[in-house]
Formats: sequence, C-alpha cells, structure tokens
Amino acid sequence: MIEAKGLTKDYGSKRAVDGLTFSVQPGIVTGFLGPNGSGKSTTMRLILGLDRPTAGDVQVNARHYRSHPAPLHEVGALLEARSVHTGRSAYNHLLALAQTHGISRRRVEELIDLVGLHDVARKRAGQFSLGMGQRLGIATALLGDPATVMLDEPVNGLDPEGIHWMRNLLKQLAAEGRTVFVSSHLMSEMALTADHLIVIGRGRLIADTSVEDFVRRASKNVVRVRSPQATQLRDALLGPEVSVTEVEPGVIEVTGLTAAQIGDTAADHSLRLHELTPQQASLEEAFMELTRDDIEFRASIGEAQEVAA
Amino acid sequence: MSSVGFTGSLPRLEHTGRVTQLRVALSEWTKLRSVRSTRWSLLIAVLLTIGFPLLFAAVTSSHWGSMSPHERADRHPLDIALAGVNVSQLAIAVLGVLVITAEYSTGMIRASFIAVPKRLPVLWAKVGVYALVSFVLSLPSVIVAFFASQAILAKHDILQISFTHGGVARAVIGGAVYLMLVGIFAMALGAIVRNTAGGIALFAGIFFVIPPLLNVLPTSWNNAISPWLPDSAGRAVFSLTTGAHQLHPLPGVLLFIGYCAAAIAIAAVLLVRRDT
Repeated sequence: MIEAKGLTKDYGSKRAVDGLTFSVQPGIVTGFLGPNGSGKSTTMRLILGLDRPTAGDVQVNARHYRSHPAPLHEVGALLEARSVHTGRSAYNHLLALAQTHGISRRRVEELIDLVGLHDVARKRAGQFSLGMGQRLGIATALLGDPATVMLDEPVNGLDPEGIHWMRNLLKQLAAEGRTVFVSSHLMSEMALTADHLIVIGRGRLIADTSVEDFVRRASKNVVRVRSPQATQLRDALLGPEVSVTEVEPGVIEVTGLTAAQIGDTAADHSLRLHELTPQQASLEEAFMELTRDDIEFRASIGEAQEVAA
Repeated sequence: MSSVGFTGSLPRLEHTGRVTQLRVALSEWTKLRSVRSTRWSLLIAVLLTIGFPLLFAAVTSSHWGSMSPHERADRHPLDIALAGVNVSQLAIAVLGVLVITAEYSTGMIRASFIAVPKRLPVLWAKVGVYALVSFVLSLPSVIVAFFASQAILAKHDILQISFTHGGVARAVIGGAVYLMLVGIFAMALGAIVRNTAGGIALFAGIFFVIPPLLNVLPTSWNNAISPWLPDSAGRAVFSLTTGAHQLHPLPGVLLFIGYCAAAIAIAAVLLVRRDT
C-alpha cells in the first residue's frame, strides 16, 4: 500500500512532481505510466526517501519508508538508474544488502538462482550486460520478501523470455497479496500486466483508473471524416469537449462527437461529407492523447530536461 | 548470456530481521572486502609502511662510514622506523575517500540507502569498519617496521633505540593511530564532496598543499598557525620529540581527533539532508 498526498518535488526552478495524490492498492498490479521525464522515477525516489519532497507526503504501509524497522521487508525496489558497485560481484552485492537485515546467505543464493544469474554470480557486476544488470536489480528488490514491490521500467533490457517471466512474476506477486507498482513509458506493456493505471505527465496526475476503464475511454468517439470542406467543418465542430486533428489534407479525426452528431452538424452547415467512419483508437494512441501536453512540452524545449535521471 | 533464463517463483523469507547498527557494520565489512581497490590500497599501505623504513635503514647503514658527524647526528632511528607512515597515509586517505565516493559514482549509494533509509548507520558503520581495518593493519606494520629497521641498523650502537624507552612505544603505536585517523578524516571529506577526484584533491590540499604554503607567511605567523593544522597536530602523536612549534603528542592527537569529529559531523548533517 502506497499513499501519496499532494506530493511535490522541485529541482531548482523545475517542478518534477506536482501535487500528486494517489494510492496504490495491494493484491493488484498498478501500472505507473507516463512519458520519459514525466516524474515517475522522481516519485519513486520520493516514496523511498532518497529525495525529500518539497511539499506533500508519501507513506508506504502506513508509515514513512524511513521509519520502518525492516525497510527491505516493506518495499523491494528496482530503480531505473543503476544502483550497483561495478567492482563487486553480484553475490557480494546481494550479500551486503542482505546482511543489513540479517537475511541469510541461503536466501541470497536462492534469489541468484531465481533470476538466472547462477553462472555469473561471482563476476564483477561491471561486466554485466543491461539484461543481467536488470536481473540483479530484480533479485535485489525481492531479497527481503517485500510487501510492496516497486519497479521502475523493469522490462528495459530484458530479452523476450525475460519479459515474459517478468509479466508472470508481477502477476504472481500481486496474487500473493503484495502491492505491485510498476512504471513504464509503454502503454502496451502495461495493458498486458497491469490491473490499474496511474498516469502522469509533467509531474501531474492525468488519470487514476482501472485498465478496463482506460481501454473503454480509449475506444471513445474518434471519428474519421473526409470532406472537401474539412476546414469549414472543423470550425463548425470545434467546442469545449471536442478536438479535431487534421490527418491529411481533406481528412480530419474528431474526438468528442458521435458520427451522427458530426453528420448533423455538416448537414446544418451544408458541408459535403465523403467519408464518416467511427475509429477505435489503440491504447498507445489513447495514452499519447492523454499525455499530449507533456509531449508538446518536451518537443518545444528539447530532450535534455530529464531531471529525474 | 542470452541462454540464461529465469526459473521458478519467489520463495518466502522464513524470518525477517530489523536493521541494526551491528548488521550494517557487517554489511559494510562485506562491501569493503569485496572490491579490488580495497585489497590493493591496503596492501600498498602495508608495503609502504614497512618498505620505506627498511630501505632507509639499509641506505643509512651502508653509507654510515662515509657520513659526516653532522649528517650522522641528523639520523634518528625512530624517524627511519616511521618514515613509511608519511607515504602510506596517501594510500589510506585515497581508500578512505573511495569507500564513500565509489558508492556515489556507481549508484550503489541508492541501494545502500534503500536498505538503510535512516542513512546515518551506514556512515557510522563505514567509519567504524574502516577505522578498525586500517588500525589492525597499520599497527603490526609499524611494529614490524620498527624492529626490522632496528635489526638492519644493529651494528650502529648510536642508532639503537629501545621499544620501552620513554615515548618510543607511544610514537610507534601513534603511527598506526595517525594512519587510522587520516583514513577517518579522508572518509569524511569523501562524504562531504561525494566525488572521488574532489575528495582526494581536498585531502591533498589540506595535508600537502596548505602546510608548505604557510612558509610564505611571516615566520611568526607560520609558527603560530602551523601547529594547529590537522596534519601537524596529527603528526605530534608519532614524533618522539616535540619541536618548538609543534603541539605535544596528547593535545596534538586530541586536536586531530577533533578535526575528524568535526568533519564527520558535517558529513552526517549533509548525508541526512541531501537528496541522493
């Protein structure tokens, strides 16, 4: 269980996380979705107490992470940024972390076997590939048998087999009653694993919804309209709940109106229609639609804004 | 390694322990012993602590016949025995800085602070473990350096000095104490700047740059300031005689401990406050 209330974090003049309020429930996989640089990693660092919030508060299992007597038993975390000394072997890395909680060497060996690092456990972690590093991070996260598992972009660098394993593991961890909080910038990945979604963009909460609802909303009225008078039609259709995008000259996509409403409006204005087709937006498109402000923001000031890294 | 696959499911942990200072210390010991830079730095420190006195003793002994009385009077057997301390302090300091800053440069610090989010136990454990390790290695090194250099100088009666002679044991053991404190001080600097190059530069500045710089000041100023510098105060503990412008061993070492404590205190405050 993770509960954030008005969570805010500034880095200098840049607001990375802006008044986030959400809760992550046990027993399900909650996807934490947002474009790169939207504040997902920062939020996770705030949850873990690595960074201090500028305002607001976040608690894990009814306490600040810092005040738990056995933190690794509360939250198992995999951060996106590498968190391993490159000169130390995977085994010794896990052992050193295990020892802070009196966790046995046997447990360390078990986890190394679980993530498939047995053959390389005595090698220096600096020689690991991205995928191997990711597996070591997952072993680290699961070391303390945590009630809450929090993973930042866990499938990054995994091969298809690893991705498959990860999806199953997340579902299994949730089925065991754990809180599972997984970030991703890929909607398609989340649609396969998550039950619930928390979507952020530019540090702000955009959606807090079940995946089912999100899918339903994703397939809301997008209507493709072909008309030689597309520009006039666009002006006639535009309203507070309506958005229109020009796909190509003479073709527009309308969101917020049914095909019938569009046809009626066209008739009222005596505009000719050559095509009127309701569309099913893909999840990825729905996600991009939701986070469009954020994309525009990034496009306008460049990619170098990722304070969260 | 694409053939390495994931297998099985997460086994439950039969028993969960809470974080204690002792457990964090054990963890820091594992961290310290499990990287190469530790073994190399400590090996080099031991070799330098023992090697230089042997070298100086051998050179002094072989050239004794050709030395002027003035030169002979200038040779003190304890200076020879503890010559290595001056050199090995750099290895001890670099490792002290590195033990902290390598965690920042590799990102390991995040894993450390996720496991121990109160953070301070990590600092205390690092300081405690490194102090213990550096002292446990330095002490036999200076004792071996003393007796070995004495053995090499055995045929020169004037260069023989008894371990039980007033102040000799204190100075020899003081050499090990000094190395340990240098390690602690360097570690605190590393924790303050969180950057390897910066930490080593800061240490070198305080220990090797500022002292000679003071020589350009008027002598009376230099004499007034120099004894209070960390380096000079710390050295008092392994000097047999106290110079006119030097603190006595006990106040000297106490002042150096004070510097270490102050540096650690600043590091602790920053460690708790700063984002990681």
